[in-house]
Amino acid sequence: MPENIIEKFEIKHLQILDEKGNADTAILPNLSDNDLKKLFELLILSRQFDQRALQLHAEGRLGTYASILGQEASQIGSAYALEKTDWVFPSFREMGVYITLGYPIWMLFQYWTGDERGMKTPDDLNIFPVSVPVGTHTPHAVGAAFAAKIKGHKTAALSYFGDGGSSKGDFHEGLNIAGVHKLPVVFICQNNQWAISLPREKQTASKTIAQKAYSYGFEGIQVDGNDIFAVYKATKDALEKAKAGGGPTLIECFTYRMSDHTTADDASRYRPKEDVETWKDKDPLLRLKLYMQKKGIWTQSYEDDVKKKATEFVDSEIKKEEAAGLPDSKDIINYTYKDLTQRQKKEIKEIA
Amino acid sequence: MARINMVQAINLALGQEMERDKDVVLIGEDVGKDGGVFRITEGLVEKFPDRIFDTPLAESGIVGTAIGMAAYGLKPVAEIQFMGFIYACVEQLLSHASRIRSRSRGRYSCPMVVRTPYGIGIKPPELHSESTEALFCHMPGIKVVVPSSPYNAKGLLVSAIRDPDPVVFLEPTRLYRLIKEEVPEAEYAIPLGKANVVQEGKEVTVLAWGSMLHRVLESIEGFDAEVIDLMCLSPYDEETILNSVKKTGRVVIIHEATRSCGFGAELSAFVAEEAMLHLKSPVVRVTGLDAVIPMARLEDYYAPSKERIIKALKKVMEY
Repeated sequence: MPENIIEKFEIKHLQILDEKGNADTAILPNLSDNDLKKLFELLILSRQFDQRALQLHAEGRLGTYASILGQEASQIGSAYALEKTDWVFPSFREMGVYITLGYPIWMLFQYWTGDERGMKTPDDLNIFPVSVPVGTHTPHAVGAAFAAKIKGHKTAALSYFGDGGSSKGDFHEGLNIAGVHKLPVVFICQNNQWAISLPREKQTASKTIAQKAYSYGFEGIQVDGNDIFAVYKATKDALEKAKAGGGPTLIECFTYRMSDHTTADDASRYRPKEDVETWKDKDPLLRLKLYMQKKGIWTQSYEDDVKKKATEFVDSEIKKEEAAGLPDSKDIINYTYKDLTQRQKKEIKEIA
Repeated sequence: MARINMVQAINLALGQEMERDKDVVLIGEDVGKDGGVFRITEGLVEKFPDRIFDTPLAESGIVGTAIGMAAYGLKPVAEIQFMGFIYACVEQLLSHASRIRSRSRGRYSCPMVVRTPYGIGIKPPELHSESTEALFCHMPGIKVVVPSSPYNAKGLLVSAIRDPDPVVFLEPTRLYRLIKEEVPEAEYAIPLGKANVVQEGKEVTVLAWGSMLHRVLESIEGFDAEVIDLMCLSPYDEETILNSVKKTGRVVIIHEATRSCGFGAELSAFVAEEAMLHLKSPVVRVTGLDAVIPMARLEDYYAPSKERIIKALKKVMEY
């Protein structure tokens, strides 16, 4: 008997908007001029937040912070495709996602000062708190999607993680369960090429992260993660497919971490400067601007105005955070269980 | 009222809670058609075909999925086939389930139950006789429950399912089919965090849970012992223990888990802190050895025997 090929797969790479701001109109997602402006403004706002967070850290006013610089299109493009009812499970480098969904910026600052109150998601949003242990929150999105399916809700769950997260067991267990039960979940891998000091090629011998989806029986796609149109389209398509009962999708956003891993890291120890320079030309904000300029909806004064407003807004959010004051020390105990235990009732008196 | 064993009692509790609350769902390995390796979920998939799910063989994924389900608004009951396989879930339990309420300052919670068979007594392969309950008692945000009879298994599981926080529910495999007793068909709940004074006595307080409770009851003849079944190890009933110790002045703690950092260490420290001046003798623990739990042929040497329990009782009485 001859050997037969019983399974084959192909991995697509999607780019709609190139580095010069030229878009492939045949596959351009349906975004109005108003949408384009909103996306542009969210990119500016997220970057402003990020820069101010780094500054505040340098001044000792914020704890360790993980910058999103360079990954804004992956975050904003994907989050913009979500509906309010969808559930989002971020890792720790997704401030652009929170901002796009309308999470109060002052609360994000509050969180990074080391105050859990900042992660008390407002009632009208379904976004989970920052998850620190890499990749382990993947099954949570799977569970939420499972619950939505059981309850018959037309809702999808979306999980964010990085190239490093794709090596974790929970990533594989989560994807496997999602595939078997054909759940309405979208996995977004922001492949930013670095897991602290480990380059992407040492993270996995696979050519792409996207192809890992095929091991679990569903589609994976790689998109240019600095192309906000490609990210948006892939996410929107995946969400629609999920809600129509088509099961999960893995989207690999091929992007780059322009900053250090966190403020506690020094990437110059392990990463050649030239690499970072090359990626500057691929900047997600730059290419959207070039596109909008060609379309006649960008002017320098428009950008200046957007930047001014973003600066003022972020500054006012910082003031709002400062006005919130310190948390109650009793909160350490209050949120362990719904009700205090016999012992906690004594402990709470001790710290009061 | 029928006389049933613990397997039937747990099955009854699951079925009744699923009937009562459509948000209760079951997930785990072989829990569907097979009814679970101990047949705990037998017959349930026929009644609730859309709410019982066989999962791939992935313990961490099972608990992680349950966390997402619970946060979304379901009340998942996840089965881990044996306690020896729960270690893969420690990160999900400790880094997520126990913290989600705190991490989100109350916006999200994790009302789920992780059930798992636990302890010695059925002569299985390695890692099927674990009793590492203390691991989970060291996780603020998690509750740890251990039934000791068909009656309390039913009532405790009902409370665990209705509890707003994550509960690790440890089912002593040795007791699954050992005892039959009258268990009401009617709904009842036994509150979590309350101990049960199984037998009143004046001279020595004996603290035990799970299958060791029965070994204690076989060993106390001739002693005026007050036997307390903790039932819930986290949080545990400080008040009931303290009242008893103040009365008897002597404490013997029995558990089959390893002695060092076992739950008896916590109880012993608690008694020393709160009731030192009432004690007539040092606290004595009778526990498993500081060694890997052996397989079947050496099991009897490992766990507290009737003889070791009697020796400990004599020791505190003669001190």
